[in-house]
Amino acid sequence: MTLELVDVSMSYPQRGGPKLALDGVNLTVSPREFLCVVGASGSGKSTLLSLVAGLTTPTSGEITIEGHPITGPGPDRGLVFQTGSLYPWRTVERNVAFGLELLALDAAERRRRVDWYLAETGLADVRRSLPRQLSGGQQQRVAIARALVCEPDVLLLDEPFGALDVQTKEDMQLLIRQIWRDTGTTVLMVTHDVEEAVFLGTRVVVLASDPGRVAAEARIPLAEDRDLATKRTPAFLGLRASIEDMVRAQHRCGVTR
Amino acid sequence: MKTALAERAADVRAAWPPLPRRTRPPRTLLTIRTPISRRVTTTLTVASLAVPFTFWVVLSASGVVPATFLPSPGAVLSAGWEMARSGELAVDVWTTTRRVLEGFGLAVLVSVPLGILIGTFHAAQAVFEPVIGLLRYLPASAFIPLLIIWLGLGEPSKIAILFIGTVFFNTLMTADVVRGVPRPLIDVSYTLGARRGEVLRKVVVPHSLPGIIDAVRVNAAAAWNFVVVAELVNSTAGLGYRIVRAQRFLQTDKIFAVLVVIGVIGVTIDVALRLVRARVGRWAA
Repeated sequence: MTLELVDVSMSYPQRGGPKLALDGVNLTVSPREFLCVVGASGSGKSTLLSLVAGLTTPTSGEITIEGHPITGPGPDRGLVFQTGSLYPWRTVERNVAFGLELLALDAAERRRRVDWYLAETGLADVRRSLPRQLSGGQQQRVAIARALVCEPDVLLLDEPFGALDVQTKEDMQLLIRQIWRDTGTTVLMVTHDVEEAVFLGTRVVVLASDPGRVAAEARIPLAEDRDLATKRTPAFLGLRASIEDMVRAQHRCGVTR
Repeated sequence: MKTALAERAADVRAAWPPLPRRTRPPRTLLTIRTPISRRVTTTLTVASLAVPFTFWVVLSASGVVPATFLPSPGAVLSAGWEMARSGELAVDVWTTTRRVLEGFGLAVLVSVPLGILIGTFHAAQAVFEPVIGLLRYLPASAFIPLLIIWLGLGEPSKIAILFIGTVFFNTLMTADVVRGVPRPLIDVSYTLGARRGEVLRKVVVPHSLPGIIDAVRVNAAAAWNFVVVAELVNSTAGLGYRIVRAQRFLQTDKIFAVLVVIGVIGVTIDVALRLVRARVGRWAA
């Protein structure tokens, strides 16, 4: 699976002329890659994911997956939002099963797959709970499992841990690393948290704001095996500092006096 | 080291009088959104029923108001009992209930799908919403003469009044509920492979169902208002008809009894729909 963005621009109509959200973005996501896109607000991060998901169409440029242009949303590109996208009337297992219910699968096959992803995301014990009974971290696990059960070519994560407390966030970071290694899926994630991007990504792309465009990118030459201790190693801290510098250099609306 | 700005700010602020502090009043019965004890709740609820009832008893017993104007609770009870015993009440209740079921039932069958369309598709909204927004302000009772000309004096005109009185409100309320389905829920469904019809059936409708039941509950009350109005004109049975007939013979006790029956039926419907709502909307609690 190769995801390719060629000269992608996106502008929204606005009073006083169209507002350019993304300007000539070129990006290639290779198979098995974990690509993190960081940028401040206004850098068009979410717009980028929405375009790849096919929920919006770029004003110009082309997005292809395995060479086929994207014409709309589909289960080959699973999407996870920051919050609030679970079906509140469905139990955990029925949320996860949603995508499979749309396919010609018998109940046993569906169940086998749902069970595997519930176990993988640590949700087996709460499978019959409703979303409102879950913690924020558990809710995001459901959203991730629900996207993965459709076996997407690429998993799109839109600040998935942005609303979680720091401890839960770290648990989820370890979980998504583990899922990425277990399933061999390709991940495209946007976040404003540089530490998270460096910890999770095999590569990090920095977006500049107003309009959003690719400003810099860096490979993350850390070992495949990463745990929370990795975050304290000099190699990690060095990478984090240099990418933070890139983000700050692109962030124009600093406080001045 | 203090900056020049901080130093200047300190000078300016030194000249200010201390900021007045407000005292906080103690918690009372009327603190906003604060729970009150079970005992106080019960007392208030019982009083809300007992006080007017006592007032009624005293007023009718004192003879200040003639019994023809204000019958005593006892007289109302015996008038009600008399109607129940003769079988008259059962016929009236059933006739009126059947009209509500037919007229309001028809309105629900039309308004719910229409509301879902309006709330889902901007095109349907553009076509229907302005017209319905206008029609709903036309009082249904004003249609009675017209409907009698069109449909005659029988059942159809009465059903039609009920229908006209409730269908527009229920459509717009349903559309509002459907518009409340969160956008991310719809977006995420498409990314999970759902097609348009599946999004409607498996996402929009289940998410809207509790709200639609709420709308039906509100409009069921309106339906009961309209059915009585409809029956005031040329009917041969029904609770509204009974009231008109009782008026002709100055039987205010009978009118009161019918009003009590209407109230009881209304509360029963409301409670029943609340229970259905609580069951269907358990996930939203």
